[in-house]
Amino acid sequence: MAKHIIGTVDEIPPGERKIVDINGRSIGVYNVAGEFFAVRNRCPHQGGPLCEGRTAGFLKCEKPGGPYEYLRKGEIIRCPWHGWEYDLKTGQSWVDPGSVRVRSYDVGVEALDEARIEIDPETGYAKGPFLAETYPVSVDRLNVVLDLP
Amino acid sequence: MSTVTTASPEVQEQDSQRGSRNTDYSLIDCDIHNAIQSPETIRKYLPSRWRSHHETYGVRSYTGSYYPRAVPNAARHDSWPPSGLPPGGDLEFMQHQLLDEWGFEYGILNCLAGGGGRNLDFAAALATAVNEWQIAEWLEPEPRLRASLIVPFEDGDLAAKEVDRLGEHPGFVQVLFVARTSEPMGRRKYWPIYEAACRNGIAVGIHFGGAGGHPITGSGWPSHYVEDHGGMPQAFQPQVTSLVMEGTFERFPELKVVLIEGGFAWLPPLMWRLDRSWELMCEEVPEVKRPPSEYIREHIWTTTQPVEEPERPEHFHELLRQMDMDDHLMFATDYPHWDFDAPTSAFPRDMDKDLRDSILAGNARNLYGLP
Amino acid sequence: MIDSDVHNELPKLKTLLPYLGEQWQVYLNESAFVGSGANDYPINAPVAAREGARPESGPPGSDIDLLRTHVFDDMGANLAILNCGFRPGAVHNQDLAADLATAVNNWQIDEWLEKDERFRASILVSNQNPVRAAAEIDRLGSHPGFVQVVLPVQGDAPYGNLRYDPLFEAATRHDLAILIAFGGAPGLPPTATGWPSTYVEEYVDAGAIFQSQVNSLIFEGAFDRHPGLRVVLSESGWTWMPSLMWRMDKEWKGLRRDTPWVKQPPSAYMREHIRLTTAPTDRPGPDRAHELSEIIDYLGSDRMLLYASDYPHWHGEDPSAWMSDLPADLRERITHSNAAEFYKLTVTA
Repeated sequence: MAKHIIGTVDEIPPGERKIVDINGRSIGVYNVAGEFFAVRNRCPHQGGPLCEGRTAGFLKCEKPGGPYEYLRKGEIIRCPWHGWEYDLKTGQSWVDPGSVRVRSYDVGVEALDEARIEIDPETGYAKGPFLAETYPVSVDRLNVVLDLP
Repeated sequence: MSTVTTASPEVQEQDSQRGSRNTDYSLIDCDIHNAIQSPETIRKYLPSRWRSHHETYGVRSYTGSYYPRAVPNAARHDSWPPSGLPPGGDLEFMQHQLLDEWGFEYGILNCLAGGGGRNLDFAAALATAVNEWQIAEWLEPEPRLRASLIVPFEDGDLAAKEVDRLGEHPGFVQVLFVARTSEPMGRRKYWPIYEAACRNGIAVGIHFGGAGGHPITGSGWPSHYVEDHGGMPQAFQPQVTSLVMEGTFERFPELKVVLIEGGFAWLPPLMWRLDRSWELMCEEVPEVKRPPSEYIREHIWTTTQPVEEPERPEHFHELLRQMDMDDHLMFATDYPHWDFDAPTSAFPRDMDKDLRDSILAGNARNLYGLP
Repeated sequence: MIDSDVHNELPKLKTLLPYLGEQWQVYLNESAFVGSGANDYPINAPVAAREGARPESGPPGSDIDLLRTHVFDDMGANLAILNCGFRPGAVHNQDLAADLATAVNNWQIDEWLEKDERFRASILVSNQNPVRAAAEIDRLGSHPGFVQVVLPVQGDAPYGNLRYDPLFEAATRHDLAILIAFGGAPGLPPTATGWPSTYVEEYVDAGAIFQSQVNSLIFEGAFDRHPGLRVVLSESGWTWMPSLMWRMDKEWKGLRRDTPWVKQPPSAYMREHIRLTTAPTDRPGPDRAHELSEIIDYLGSDRMLLYASDYPHWHGEDPSAWMSDLPADLRERITHSNAAEFYKLTVTA
């Protein structure tokens, strides 16, 4: 793994993201409420620029009439080419159970307890099989540091 | 900065230049949407009587077909030009993000404004204005572009006049309808338009969308955009049925029709349904002298976006064989809309190379007479 | 063998007189009312009747003896699901429409269900009034002869619409299926593009209405609002089903949040909740016969098809002709087990 400083903390305020190009890989680095996450800017569906899509939340509703819940605000990316939704923290897609898998990386934050990926019971959705590539991001003093294989 | 280790073999592709900038094969995009930048844009091209009408009343169309698109302007989130113009409204940005990025040799513009509207004289004036705008601001500055003629298609005679006015202009390759017309398109009110299209040697395109004054299904109004967007095949099917069963292709043997943005997996079952029903009830439609599937394969073309995604890739090849329209399929991106097909990833990788080349450019070149 | 679509038709409108209240008996005699206004099968059109199916008097499907000879004796069914084509939904007067539905249902009990235990039947309702429809379903829901509620594919609104909740609640309360049947005349154009000129076009165009209904049921959450809801499409054609699966699965992946209750791909709902009868089977010509088996493969489920003759209608060939090359176990499913399971019938093959 190689570490790349991709900018200072101030450059990516909470709710924002920065897209960087490292050795031919385009990667979106997101600040979600002070925590940093990195996702490959390439949708596993057809290769669209995933990180150019809207960052949003996850709408949940069991049946018409509601109640409607808007969860995971700022944690879901929608690919601009077809609208597929991905959890930007894990790269997990939310559609199409039972198909192709793409590589994923454990998300870890240095100096914090190691995050574990768990099945999300909140949304009631089966995890989709598509995974956007994610990379560990840490903060070293004022720098945002990306771990690339 | 630390040294960088070798990227793993799976991660070789360059993301930053998503397009292939290929020189291996030609690319033609058969569905691009040029957007009118603002109401003022088009007023410049309207005579004063209609300019003030446009300012005061605007376009009044049929109501009910309002299903807000999932995204503003139905556009890709990344297609909003930095200039502040709307998606598809900035030629320079379109050149950069679409034509140059992918290396398109040609692109066909299907402008989705300016057709329709219930005030038919206004619709005719607006169509003329849009066509003049297309010539001045798209065709002349960008030689790779061609366009569709916008016409007031609900008035056959007024529309035919516009087709005759511009049909010989080399920049226009087809007359544009939108799929949800007021009557099925085989009906005779539209025949003057087909006559004019044939007279001028150009095709008739039918594009996704429209509001014809009745519910968007044969059983009333759905509630959700997904039923509108996903429900377009149910508009294209009766159009194909009508064109065939009204004997339109017998009456206009030169007529070529392009289905744009309707999908195509529904075509083989429809051909079978039409053929079997025609065998049973052909006495009702004596003008239809041959099996419907023959007319379809001869006279109808279809663009590939939104590309069909069967559950298994081998089914895609079977679908094309069932269609048996290899030289009538034409690639399209639908730029700048939110369901974009990229030329490098829309089709299975193991598609036959010659077939792929035909779909990506050859078939469009032949149909539209592109050099 | 179970025949999942057989049409039992009224000999004439006056057949209903004994089943109607006095106000309607008077009305039928004194007014110009001659029926629902629907004309789903022009009386002499080729599709309306196979050879030999026109009785001496009355329309095709109105003579029980002729029907039994053809369906049970000649074609070998040992159980038939009746689908009466009378359309209360095409009568604007809602009291009349509801009472006509009741009358037809009572006539079905007397003249069909009581006459032969090999019949099951479909409850007619005034579908334009879901509350009245629910009352009729509740009235008859426990009658063992009725297996489903019949709705014409052409209704006032797509059947997933929330306004139909009372109707679906009543149907599921009694564990009845919903049959969506070819036809209907609510006064709306039968296509998304207006009114076609000819009957053959209307006939072909009906396929697209069925597709719209499937979309509506799934995306309006009918299967999420009414768990256990079972839907049968009759005389819809079925070879378009895989293309619908592919297209709507693709739509759902990008537009999930538009209808967030749809938590599985639409094709999963189709495979679990929807069945299609096999007459007509819109299949390719003999030079491409193998393509039909590709479509069957794409369905991705051996449960979806229910064999039907669609008696007395005629679609150009023997209704079992298309099955001649099917593997035996699939053929068994289609001609018996799929219907037995979906309709929860206890009957031997």
